[in-house]
This record gives sequence, C-alpha cells and structure tokens, in this order.
Amino acid sequence: MLELRKDIFADERDDNLKEIGKGTQRQDMLGHVTGTSSYFNDHKLQGMLHLKVVRSTQAHARIRRIDTTDAERSAGVRRIIRGTDVPVNLNTLLSLINFGKDDEPSLAVDKVRYKGEPILAIVADSEREAFEAIAKVKVDYEPLPAVFDVEDALKPGAPVVNETYPKNAFVYHDVYDHQRLRFGDADAALASADHVLEQRYQMSPIEHAPTETNGAIAAPDTNGRYVVYTSTQALFFSVDTCAKILDVPSNTFHFIGGTVGGGFGGKVDTLTEPLAILGAMLTGRPVRYVFGREEEMQYGPPRGAERIYIKDGVMRDGRIVARKIHAYFDSGAYTRLSSYAAVKCAAHLPGPYTIPNVYGDVYCVFTNRTPATAMRGFGVTAMDFAIECQMDKLANLVGMDPMEFRILNAYRDGDMKAHRREAKNTALIECVQVAAEKAKWPIREEFKRASSRKDGGGSRAAIPPTPTDSSRTRAAAPAQQRTSYDRLPPTVTREPPRDPPPPAPPPAPPRPAGPSHGATRFSSVFGTRRR
Amino acid sequence: MPTTPLQFRHNGRDVAIFVDGGTNLLVALRELIGDMTPKFGCGQGGCGACSVLVDGELHLSCLTLAETVAGRSIETLDGMKQGPNLHPLQRAFADNFAAQCGYCTPGMLMAAKALLDRNPAPTRDEVIEAISGNICRCTGYEPIINAILAAASGRVSA
Amino acid sequence: MAVTVKTFASASEAAGALSSDRSARYLGGGTLVMRALNEGDVAISTVVRASDQALTRIDASGPRITLGAGVTFARVLAERDLGFLHAPARSIGGPAVRNMGTVGGNLFAPSPYGDFTVALLALDATVAVAGGFGSRDIPIEEFLQARERQAGTLVLSVSCTRPANSEAFRYRKIARIKPKGGSVITLAAHLPISGGRIAGARIALGSMAPTQIRARAAERTLEGRSLDAATITAAASAVTEGTSPSDNALGSAWYRREIVGVHLRRLLSGQE
Repeated sequence: MLELRKDIFADERDDNLKEIGKGTQRQDMLGHVTGTSSYFNDHKLQGMLHLKVVRSTQAHARIRRIDTTDAERSAGVRRIIRGTDVPVNLNTLLSLINFGKDDEPSLAVDKVRYKGEPILAIVADSEREAFEAIAKVKVDYEPLPAVFDVEDALKPGAPVVNETYPKNAFVYHDVYDHQRLRFGDADAALASADHVLEQRYQMSPIEHAPTETNGAIAAPDTNGRYVVYTSTQALFFSVDTCAKILDVPSNTFHFIGGTVGGGFGGKVDTLTEPLAILGAMLTGRPVRYVFGREEEMQYGPPRGAERIYIKDGVMRDGRIVARKIHAYFDSGAYTRLSSYAAVKCAAHLPGPYTIPNVYGDVYCVFTNRTPATAMRGFGVTAMDFAIECQMDKLANLVGMDPMEFRILNAYRDGDMKAHRREAKNTALIECVQVAAEKAKWPIREEFKRASSRKDGGGSRAAIPPTPTDSSRTRAAAPAQQRTSYDRLPPTVTREPPRDPPPPAPPPAPPRPAGPSHGATRFSSVFGTRRR
Repeated sequence: MPTTPLQFRHNGRDVAIFVDGGTNLLVALRELIGDMTPKFGCGQGGCGACSVLVDGELHLSCLTLAETVAGRSIETLDGMKQGPNLHPLQRAFADNFAAQCGYCTPGMLMAAKALLDRNPAPTRDEVIEAISGNICRCTGYEPIINAILAAASGRVSA
Repeated sequence: MAVTVKTFASASEAAGALSSDRSARYLGGGTLVMRALNEGDVAISTVVRASDQALTRIDASGPRITLGAGVTFARVLAERDLGFLHAPARSIGGPAVRNMGTVGGNLFAPSPYGDFTVALLALDATVAVAGGFGSRDIPIEEFLQARERQAGTLVLSVSCTRPANSEAFRYRKIARIKPKGGSVITLAAHLPISGGRIAGARIALGSMAPTQIRARAAERTLEGRSLDAATITAAASAVTEGTSPSDNALGSAWYRREIVGVHLRRLLSGQE
C-alpha cells in the first residue's frame, strides 16, 4: 500500500530524527494523572470575591433603564459594575492587528444585540449572593425587531444589528462588504456546461463544550499590578486585549495560563478576564469570574452558522468546468473572529480541485445571535462539507464513481489555483487512492495510476481571462498574469502578510499597475503561506 | 460565616470543617480542604469531572450536599498515589497517553478505580459502561479504555 | 443569604417542613436540587432532608413491588427480583448518577430526563405522597398531570404490579450518545395478554410532551387484539396522537414525531 509520508513526501522528511516520528511522553502527563496540573480555577485566594453578570433576556432591544437599587442593598454585594465603569467599553479582538473596527462593549450600555449579552457585573462575597443580587436587578427593555438569518440580515430594510456595520456585513479594507474571488468566466462556463447543479448547504452553530468552562481569577499584586489566572487559549492576545479595555499598560498584568481544560477555539475571546480584573481593581480583592455550564453552552461563543450555495457546471466526461459559490458566515451580533473565518473560506475555494472557472462571494454577516468565534479549522469546515457533498452529487449526476470523480478533478502539482498560486505538494489523488484501498473500494486501473505529480501544469497552469464585475465601482484591475510569487525565496514568502494592503507584489516579473484586484486578497490575516 | 460543622474522612485522614448551607462537596473539597483534584465541569451531573468515591461508591461531588457525607469516607485522585508511587491506573493512563488536556482525568481515574475495586478483571464493555458518565471532550476515549484494561491486566510500566 | 438545610428523622416531619415553605425543596439524590442550586436558582432557599429508613426500603418479594422514594437506580439494578426494571434503571446516567439518583426524584425530572418514570407510567404505578395533611396514594398518571403543583409534597414510595413475564413489559430509550445520553424519546409498553389477546395495554412516552404521557390512541389500537403486523402498524401510526413534543438540543419536535412510530413498531415487534 502507498504510504504517503514515504512515497510522496520522502524528499521532505528525514526518518532518522531523534524526536519526530518517535513516541514521546507529554511533559504534563505526570501532572494530569496525579491531578496536580494547575488550571486557572485551582487557586485558592484569601478573601476572593465572585463575579456574575446580568445577561440580556432579549435578542435585540434598547435599554431604557437599569434599576439596581434593590441589588445594591442585597446581602454580600461588594460592587455593581456598569458599562460606564469600563474604561474602554468598545473593542474588537482583531483590533490588536488593526483588522476591523471596535464594535463590542464589555457591558452593554444603550442596547443589547443578542440574548445573553452581559449588561452588568455583580461582585459579591459568594456566588449565591451574586445570584441573589442578579435576581433583584430590573432592566427595562424596549424590544427591537431582531434578525436571525444571514440572508434576511443583508436585505434592504433589515434591522441594523450593530451600528458599527450598518449594512450588517463586515467591511474589509474600509470598502468591501464581502470577500470576492474571480477566476475565469464562471457564468459563461456554466452556460456551456453539460449539466448544472445548484445546491444549498447549511451548518448550525457548534458549541465547543470544553469540560472546563471559560473563566479567570484576578488578584491585586504588588506595585499596582494584577495577577490573572486564566483559562485563555491565547494568553498574550488576552493580555493586550485587557490592557486596551482597561486602558492601562500591558505590564500591569501578570497573566498565568497555559494549562487549559479544553479549548478547541472557544477560549480565545477574552470574555472573563477584563471584568475579573476590573472587579479586582474596583474592590481591591481577588475576583473570580467563571462561566456556569449553562452560560458556557448558551452564551459562550460557538463556531458560527454558515449558509452556502454552490452552483457547478460539469461536463459529461466528469470534468468540472465552473464553480460558483455564495457563502454567508453568521458572525452573531459582533465580529470576534468571523471576519477572519470568511477570509480563510474565500482562500479555500474551490476546494482541492482544479476548476478553470471559479467565482466566490463570501460574506461575514451580523445577526442577533450569540457572537461566533474560532473553532478547529474554522472558515473551512462547513465549506468542505458543502463541497464534498456537492462532489458526490456531481459524480452521481454524470454517472461516475465518486472516488474516481475526485481523482479526475483533483488538483495536481503545477496547476494554477483560483488564487493565482501554483499548486505544490498536492496529494489529494494519493489520499483518495489510499482511502479507496483501505475501504476496499474498487477504482479502475487508470485512476489507480493517476498521480499528483503527473499531468499537472501546462494548460492547467494558465490564468484564464477574467471579466470584472461591472456592478462594482472600484477600479477594475486587468486580468492578472501569473506571477512568480510562488518561486520567491522562503524568506520573502514567509513574511507575514500585511493587512491592509495585501502583500506587496514581488519585484518580477512585471505586473499590471494599479490596485490589486480584490479577489487576490485572500492572504490569511495571521498565517504564513506554506512553502 | 459558614456555620455547619462537618467531619469526614478525606483520603484516609479525618478532616473537620465548617460549611455553609447548600455548599456542595466539590466546593468543600476544593475551597475548604484545598484538594483541587476534583474539577468543576458542569454542576449538573453531565460530565463526571468532579467524580469522587463516597464509601467506595462513585459519586458526583458537585451534586452532593457537603453535609450528607458526615462520617463517611471520601476518596479523590489526591489520595490515589501509593506513597511515592503512582497507582497502576495512573501509570497505565500515562503509558497509554490517556490524557490530553487532563481536565477529565481525575474523574476518569476515580470512575476507573470504582470499577476495578469491585471488578478487577472487567471486559471492554464493562469499562465503557464504567466511564459512561465521564466526558472526555478531547475525545480520547480509546486510550482511556485501553489504559483501564491495561491496569486491570497488570500491563503497566514500572 | 445562604441556603438553610433542615434534616428530619421522619418522613412525615420532612413533609410538614416541605409543605409549609414555598422556597423549600426536598433533597433526594441531589441530581435535581443541587443542580438547580449550582446554576443559581435563588427560588430555593431551604433544603429539606429526611434520614427515615422507610424511604430507602425495597419490597420486591411479592406480585406487587414497592420502592421507597430514596431508592437509587444502582440499588434497583442490584436487586435480582426487580429484573423488569433493570433496563430503565440502566438507561439512566452513568454509574455515579445511578448511585445517587432516586426513584422518587425521577418523578420530578423534566424532559429529557425522567426515563424511569416512563416505565412506571406504563406499569400503572401508584405514588404514595405525604403532604401537610397525612399521606395518600395517587395514580402516577394523575401525579404527573399535576406535577407542577407537587413541589410541596413529599413522595414516600412508588409501587406497581410485577408484569406477568418479560414479553409483557418492554422499554426502549433513544439517545444520541452511546451508551449513555439524554433521551430523544423514551418508550415503555405494558402488554398483558389474556387468551392470546392484549387486555389493558399501556404505552408510555417520554420527551413527547411536557411530562411523561400515555399514548392512548395507540393503546386503543392494541386492545383486544393479538400483537400481529397489522396491529403493530395501527399502533405505530396512532402513537403521535395527543403528543406535544418540543424542540431541544437533542432533537426537534418534528423529528420526535417522525421517529416515535418507528421505535414503537420496533418495541412491539421485539426488534433490537
């Protein structure tokens, strides 16, 4: 049987390494099996207070009045924190890398935009006393029309969820309301295809459900600093986010984390640390803010919902000639990280297949749902589900075996991807072959002989003429020629992309003047490209 | 101020504390005794992270009113080591990579101990049943099942 | 204000304390009351307990069995004479929940929980309760219909008649997680046979309404018939009548209505 790492990537790996490829014990295993690994909540601090938040009961409402009179008198209450107490009560996570506008308060002030949005924080001697005080808070809401569907949210006249983005769509580079990919002429190819298949796919939000819920303990330390034990998956990110929200230098904090009781992407949003620290600042006591299980499941950020439309043109012989995709990411009421998920999704189109005409529009949409965040391969997961369902349906449509159909359409080394990057180190064909073999799924000899290293490039490396969208007002860039970007030395290609503008073009070969076509701005916000 | 006196055995030692009415055993163990091995995962009986043994029987400490254990014997992961040596279950968990984030591990180990104390040679199905109330969200069940079977059959490293 | 815990030696004293305090809840195994406290339910400010041995008694020797309200599912499973209740007891929680959760508490467990009660409803159990004015027996169906108003009553025990044989009582819980998980739907059927015909059929459903309910229309299709294919088909198609399932994370109301007939068919035809 084919062994991918040896047969395909033999020249890229050394099997005589001391650690890689060898079993080795986790460094934290002894702590885990003796129960001595220290999670954020495993710290018992003298005089610790407990913080709980009052959450919105409405999906979308104006807050007319918040009456805390009875809550303030409730036993054990040390402090009630309002939005006006938060030094910088508007933030967006990726503002730390200048991506997106501040759109989310730590505590809602004039309006709530999703059910469960925090409105007040109550710091009390015990959790029970915090709960009792919460029951005594009266919030007077003026309900507003809410929108829960991504396509409804984009319609004219839809309720405005988040005034920072009045069209209910994230705005990229201050101009674009979606991510756009254009490669060849998908409409023309669809018109001349033997079969056209248009389908709608949808994924619901998915909760990470970590066994340890989100939480933090903040305590005053010497020299005006605060020590913060946190469940965060993104410690330094969280430090800087707290510094911004609390308007202090980041060296005010000593964050301690690293041992996380399951994250999966659900512990990157810095939800508990700012309020725990603010509680400690305002009371001078250690303060713990930890989600209950219901809070974690209902109001902890999920992987966002997505809706995807795929329209494919396929020929009788099985070649896919066009793929047109409209995708909508449900970001919930605030941006968090969905803006980046949409970028990743656009970068992923049209899946690992060589299709000469590709068209993609990917929107990051605001609705009155719980804000979504990162989760294991986010931006790509639902799209892959949709694409692979579509592949099975297309194979069926043309009467082909689904494995063979994938091999036929798989990208190969030297092919031009829709983002105008040359495909390298491709191995989909081999993956399908191995999967077929392991599943004892018969595929014909010619497909067994197919290889990612053969028959790629050539005409498949060409960038087709690509019509521009006349409806857009921005300057249309001429169809781009293939660049030598892929062949640049590693030091250059590894440079983190800047955003905006898109990565600087390489010096040679000559490249059309003028602004880069929006469709090429697929580079990941954080990541570096694979060499 | 906590007002209810409570005495019980904790991993073989007598302890005496004062608890508030309504305090659960998980909070009593963690915040009053300082045994951080049982974990809070859900507070509702869904995850098993807080599992402890009460008189040798597997219980969920978060759903146990602390004062109901007066005079009883509580075992937690903190008492599993045999002197300086790891318990065979602990060694088997380490050998089999049966922990990822480690958060479910204390509860898993107590559920496994409850099983092996009663049934030293369980079948695979019995192991699965024994940990069916314990969620490993990193979804590492296979190594955990293998570890418990290995411990039962003495296949552990020295 | 902290929660006040009141422990009584007798069930009747506990019942008195419970009925005189609207914020009081009786603590059985803890899986409902402690859960509510952990989630910050401030409506509960008094927890009532009783150390009365009568509450944990099992009488399984005769044709009519009685389980004290404080009997745990683990104890039901340990009792060989209660074999007909082992399937419902085993379908609940993991071992820890079965070591804690009680027969009496299960009567109050909201959907998607309360599987044992589905079995008891099919078996036409009687619930003995103690209120402020002494104790009385209530048919389980009546008890469940008024469950919202039962918070102030203390359940002492449940009793039911042992089914004639293993064919006469059947139980099936549909969960998404194997081997354990919350109920998508739960079904139980008591099918006494008299002269080759079903006489006195009772079918109970969990997660098909706000409380466990009987599928009366399906019961009618079985009455006086033998359990043949045509009868099973008729029962399966009638089983949704009178149900009002709701959506939750484990399944939608639509899904529950779609599958309940399929599973009743399997239950009645003895399929796995």
